[in-house]
Amino acid sequence: MIWEKNKECMPREDLEQLQIERLQSTLYRVGTHVPFYRKKFNELKLEYDRISTLDDLRRLPFTTKQDLRDNYPYGLFAVPLREVVRVHSSSGTTGMATVVGYSRNDIKTWSNLVARILCSAGVTHDDVIQIAFGYGLFTGGFGLHYGAELLGASVIPISSGNTKRQIQIMQDFKTTALVCTPSYALKMADVMMETGVNPHGLSLRYGLFGAEPWSESMRREINERLGIRASDNYGLSEVMGPGVAGECQECNGLHINEDHFLVEVLDPETLEPVAPGEVGELVITTLTKEAFPVIRYRTRDLTRLLPEPCPCGRTFQRMHRIMGRSDDMLIIKGVNVFPTQIESILFEFEGTEPHYRLIVERENNEDKLTVMVEVVESLFFDAMKKQRALIDKIKKRMASELGIGVNIQLVEEKTLERFDGKGSRVIDKRQI
Amino acid sequence: MTDEGYQRKIMLKIRNLESGYGKLRVLKHISMHVNPGEIVTIIGANGAGKTTLLSTIAGLVQLMAGEIVFRGKEIRGVAPSKIPGLGCVMVPEGRQVFATMSVEENLILGAHVIQQQGKSVIQEMLEHQYRLFPILKERRSQLAGTLSGGEQQMLAMARALMSKPLLVMMDEPSTGLAPLIVREIFQVIERLRDEGNTVLLVEQNAKAALSIADRGYVLETGKVIVQGQAEELLANPDVQRAYLGREKMES
Repeated sequence: MIWEKNKECMPREDLEQLQIERLQSTLYRVGTHVPFYRKKFNELKLEYDRISTLDDLRRLPFTTKQDLRDNYPYGLFAVPLREVVRVHSSSGTTGMATVVGYSRNDIKTWSNLVARILCSAGVTHDDVIQIAFGYGLFTGGFGLHYGAELLGASVIPISSGNTKRQIQIMQDFKTTALVCTPSYALKMADVMMETGVNPHGLSLRYGLFGAEPWSESMRREINERLGIRASDNYGLSEVMGPGVAGECQECNGLHINEDHFLVEVLDPETLEPVAPGEVGELVITTLTKEAFPVIRYRTRDLTRLLPEPCPCGRTFQRMHRIMGRSDDMLIIKGVNVFPTQIESILFEFEGTEPHYRLIVERENNEDKLTVMVEVVESLFFDAMKKQRALIDKIKKRMASELGIGVNIQLVEEKTLERFDGKGSRVIDKRQI
Repeated sequence: MTDEGYQRKIMLKIRNLESGYGKLRVLKHISMHVNPGEIVTIIGANGAGKTTLLSTIAGLVQLMAGEIVFRGKEIRGVAPSKIPGLGCVMVPEGRQVFATMSVEENLILGAHVIQQQGKSVIQEMLEHQYRLFPILKERRSQLAGTLSGGEQQMLAMARALMSKPLLVMMDEPSTGLAPLIVREIFQVIERLRDEGNTVLLVEQNAKAALSIADRGYVLETGKVIVQGQAEELLANPDVQRAYLGREKMES
């Protein structure tokens, strides 16, 4: 199903016209209403009303998380506060929180774009959708909620936490679609196993997961353990929240809502565009936001564009699932390492659990990466020999994939901390 | 569910248009488009450049930069007299009907573009206009100059439609008309769209225009300052303050 066929399947040429018109009016809005951008444009001697093509985008200044912090709380709003009908704030996992606002039109657009994503993941008005994202300042809960209501699904606004109750409600209310972070989906699977609930006996059919990077192997595990069809969706509060991009039922990349967001993929070091299809940092310019437009926002998320047309018929470009964060990128012995790479390697091995921790230390001026990974009980009490063999295998695989030596430490099941929301699996103890 | 959508190609595409008179640049960097079957409105205050924009598309005002593409064909350099033949006609501001000719003569004049298609086609178009505007049928042999303002506006619209246009551009159809007549005119424009016509409507009466339009562009001192779905523009605070006469809420 396609929610807005006349938009999502529009010819690329028409899309480009729409994008340029919307970019021009966005630039006008920020140039006249947001002192931060006016100043930046002036500094660059940039006549923002002379931007003529999408390639001209490259002449525009970037916006960073730090810019948002510097203008805390309302400095980047493009409308007076009385026109703002909603305020959200980023979760602040990586430092001081940032604030974003929505006008009445923004909320309508947001709902519509989330409805698109739910629809493309297979959810319909016949579904019962359990939203286990936090409701509150985090955009996840409300974003999915409004989109699901617009779609006409039956919404259970359960919010995050209290896993046993989540499962109880899932059974009683006959939930067919689950919305949460992928790691929380696995936690639910764990708790179901502990409490003797058979996930395959539930009505659950779809899972829409986002808000943190995950891997293809994690998807397989979720699909198998919960007996569902898991799909990925992407968004960030600085740009809007969920609804920026989402997978269709091909489950092969996320369609970007390009009529509302202009994306670039840049080398995080040089800030030049990467070659088509190469991995780089996703940079987003909003095209329709009224209250909180952003120009070339550096998401720090790493991905690559998938330019081939999608069999589903949508003409919006797809992006690969998020491959890591440019600021999560660990430079170990001079090699770029992304936690998600390690995660997907761990998934390849029988007996390891998808819970891990990365510890980076510096000993005698040399970086050392230790991967702590949970292993199933049976293996843990097995002969040392088996454990050794597993460690060796993982080490070899990591060395060939990452190009650096890694220490592996097996730990018992459920010894590593679990996260209900976003979690940081990296502990960097280096003091440089 | 809005699943019944279809692939559509932009009918009129304007990219970074600049135009004006002599050395005076009136329009700066205008980008806009019209999809088939839409009513798109251009609103803005007096002197914002709305009429200049329509006149530039019609080839009457010099295009200084940018491009105008109508159904895939670049319009630059096409003689103004040839543009209606491409399917793009204009209903000028202030009606400009031929006062000393009858209603029917005015209408037949509008069909000059399709003349070669033969008398029966013209007759068919004439009947079509009379169905759309029954008042014109009543007044068919009356001199156009004796019609009321509203009737003249209808005649001007019907005359434009005689050439079976693909895009009808209307310049301020509500000018100088009583509110009741304005409503009637706008109902007719809506009906035109419902019958599959495409309309580019320039209006000072922003509220009336946005209430029937699909999308709109707000022009201010020669620039597009906001664009979007009509209902979005109606809810847009800047548009409300400047064009819809909403009172400021401040005490």
